[in-house]
Amino acid sequence: MSQHIKDDFSIVIAGQAGQGIQSVSHILTHVLKLEGYHVFATKEYMSRVRGGMNSTTIRVSSKKRDAYQSKVDLFVPLDPNAYEHSKKRFTDETMFLGFKKEDFCSDCIMEVDFINIAQAIGNRVFANAVAAGAILGLMGVAIEQPKEYLRQFFVKKGEDIIKKNQEALEKGHKMGEHFAFSHDVTCSFETDEDVKDDLFISGIDAVGFGALAGGVDFCSSYPMSPSTGLLTFLAQHGRECGVVVEQATDEIGAINMTLGASYAGARGIVTTAGGGFALMCEALSLSAMTETPITIHIAQRPGPATGLPTKTAQEDLDLVLHAGHGEFMRAIYAPGTPVEAYEITAHALDTADKYQIPTFVLIDQYFVDALYTIDKEEFKILPHKKHIVESDREYKRYALTDDGLSPRSVPGYGEGLVCVDSDEHDEYGRITEDVDGFRMQMMEKRLFKRKELLEKDALDPEIVGKKSANTLVVCWGSNRNVVDEAVENIDDKEVSVVHFVQVFPMNKKTKKMIKDTKKVVVVENNATGQFANLLQKECDRKIDKRILKWNGELYSVEELTEKIKDVL
Amino acid sequence: MVTASQQKEDFNVPPEVDNQWCPGCGNFPILQTLKKSLQDLDLRSQEITLVSGIGQAAKLPQYLKTNYFNGLHGRALPVATGIKAANPEQTVIVTSGDGDVYGEGGNHLIHTIRRNPNITVIVHDNMIYGLTKGQAAPTTQEGMVTPTQPEGVIDEPINPVALAISLDAPFVARANAGDPKETQEILKEAINHSGFSLVDIFQPCVVFNKVNTYQWFKEHTYYIGDEYDYDVSNRAEAFAKAVEEDKFPLGVIYAHDRRKTFEDAIGMYAVDKRPLYKREMNCSVRSALLASQK
Ligand SMILES: Cc1ncc(C[n+]2csc(CCOP(=O)(O)OP(=O)(O)O)c2C)c(N)n1
Ligand code: SF4
Ligand SMILES: [Mg+2]
Repeated sequence: MSQHIKDDFSIVIAGQAGQGIQSVSHILTHVLKLEGYHVFATKEYMSRVRGGMNSTTIRVSSKKRDAYQSKVDLFVPLDPNAYEHSKKRFTDETMFLGFKKEDFCSDCIMEVDFINIAQAIGNRVFANAVAAGAILGLMGVAIEQPKEYLRQFFVKKGEDIIKKNQEALEKGHKMGEHFAFSHDVTCSFETDEDVKDDLFISGIDAVGFGALAGGVDFCSSYPMSPSTGLLTFLAQHGRECGVVVEQATDEIGAINMTLGASYAGARGIVTTAGGGFALMCEALSLSAMTETPITIHIAQRPGPATGLPTKTAQEDLDLVLHAGHGEFMRAIYAPGTPVEAYEITAHALDTADKYQIPTFVLIDQYFVDALYTIDKEEFKILPHKKHIVESDREYKRYALTDDGLSPRSVPGYGEGLVCVDSDEHDEYGRITEDVDGFRMQMMEKRLFKRKELLEKDALDPEIVGKKSANTLVVCWGSNRNVVDEAVENIDDKEVSVVHFVQVFPMNKKTKKMIKDTKKVVVVENNATGQFANLLQKECDRKIDKRILKWNGELYSVEELTEKIKDVL
Repeated sequence: MVTASQQKEDFNVPPEVDNQWCPGCGNFPILQTLKKSLQDLDLRSQEITLVSGIGQAAKLPQYLKTNYFNGLHGRALPVATGIKAANPEQTVIVTSGDGDVYGEGGNHLIHTIRRNPNITVIVHDNMIYGLTKGQAAPTTQEGMVTPTQPEGVIDEPINPVALAISLDAPFVARANAGDPKETQEILKEAINHSGFSLVDIFQPCVVFNKVNTYQWFKEHTYYIGDEYDYDVSNRAEAFAKAVEEDKFPLGVIYAHDRRKTFEDAIGMYAVDKRPLYKREMNCSVRSALLASQK
């Protein structure tokens, strides 16, 4: 039987936590990228450190394809039980590499006992290199560059470890090559020289670089999956980049500390998930009342309560829209690609500062963990403007102005005093119960004038296809790429994609576009259609169709293509 | 000629500011004492940030001419930590109530002492919730009858001094609002001491606490003074002193300089002393980090 490795090839590595999926995927993705392939990887895992059943999907293609495909072209089980776990994703053409399992086409199984080979070399940990080598051999990737990569990867571990890993890689590679030869497996896809110099980063690191680009210099947060990656990223790079990073002892402390720093002139971000944000709600309201800027990064996971800690969801939009007692403005962003995450995080930090409000960056577990190749040129770090002024003796923190923005100073910067209050206050910041005067003026400033400014400044959604199409397929956040690809598959000029990078507030033009479209379909990862509901309200129209998924898993391209077709 | 910056601040707010405390309240002497301490320390208004939560005590910043952040009930300490970490040049002082700091904010108290920012925390300990009209506070004595504890308080009161010493706070003192002179000296020492300083001040609430009055505090306290050889930096000795409860010891109960402050520990000010707001964003370092990624 002959097999062909076509362009757009999906490799799935599955096994128990702790069996080495991460290492195999790491070696493989990095080597393939260095070979000039576009690589996209997404992992699916359980909330445990050992055992369970996890998998990583690596999509290899000659052009950029950053969405999750369900089909498996090459399945690599690191555990005999992995077959059962991934079975629904197999096709007639799936190849298997690893443990033999009789129920699956024995002809297309390349039986390699990774562990036995590794043990012969000295330790079962080398099984990862055997597996990576076998995959690369099968794909016809020459051995030299992967060997060199392993040298760099293990450089700190010493010559012996490097050599043994290289030996394991070579053993696997030979078997892969041999299998390809004996089973007439051919491989044909083109590589792209430019990819070699690309960044290969996760969604969460794109947020991290965006925060650095946005001039962040303070972050206090409390660990919670799937949001912790940003705290880790900033902690790793904080000292060199001039960012104060502190792990708080709860989310309430985290946000209050960051607000204190922001009041004193820092640019602050907190990172959390839905449950942690629930604890921050009172302080969100404090940010609004005191007009102290803050950016809140939320990586969503399914709830209620502890929910599914390592799965994905878009369930917290309603919470974020309505969180905090009292009435005030906020801006909510939902990037869907690493480039967007980078630009939007920087933008959210700047918007918070410029308008003295809380801003949100909403992502999700899927996006946090996905790995992308990105052209470095897309990421630029430019100086940002500090939106603070020197105060004079007469300074009033909440001075009433025409546009509703009071120039913001910080303690010690000038001759004035900076007084902020969580009680309703006068221009100076002192408590007042002047219900007809200051209460009304401050509400006007915080709510109505701010709304006007924020709506005017709201980002346009990204549109793929023509704006005037009969049907708009709307998405927000991490569904962007999968919706793009599904609509591309459908290939209908009257179906376009509208991706909201900013979900709230919206500008007039956007509202009008949605209102004037014949048919609007909204795709999201929750049970109630939270964004669809928001669109209905903001754009004053009924949303025709909702495509919803809330089991904790992401959409695959195949699945979404069918679901969109069904509602057209 | 005396220039503006050499003149001593009076820290007075304009007369039209309406003070919301009841006549005779123990908060007045605390306010006056704090003012005098700040004058003695030659501080300028611009150099000080007061931070408070919510409650009667927490209104103090309204009545003192400095910067202030009057935040949420219980949350003054993380705010103060953030301010100090972003700008170590500011003298950061928390003035709040016993309910605020020991009740709603109890968790922050524990962890702020562990973190050890160089801030001073003044707790107006009236053994009651004043603003919400007389419910028990964490420091309310067992047996006191209140609107929400009609059978009398059943919970053991917290001993904030012992708690702070158990966490090795660098400076722990107890004062009595009825003794302004002594309190002023304690406050000055607390503000000058490097690291986290706690000053628990007994403060009569003349409206909702009819038990713990000026007179009661006089009778149930004594000053450690110099009468015997008390080693203020000895933690075990200080702890033993702290748990005396038939008569509460007053004065500096524990003080040492064995701990690094949070601002020093974060390493952000070792070379560059400027507060964060004065710094330009270091684009080159951030760009280099990005460029080094593969
Ligand atoms: C989250 C929250 N819960 C409850 C309150 C109501 N509240 C305001 S002050 C206070 C207690 C104040 O007691 P204390 O800190 O001892 O201050 P005092 O008035 O005695 O000076 C309470 C319960 C609030 N403002 N916020
Ligand atoms: S209620 Fe008590 S603590 Fe509050 S101002 Fe009146 S006397 Fe003072
Ligand atoms: Mg009280």
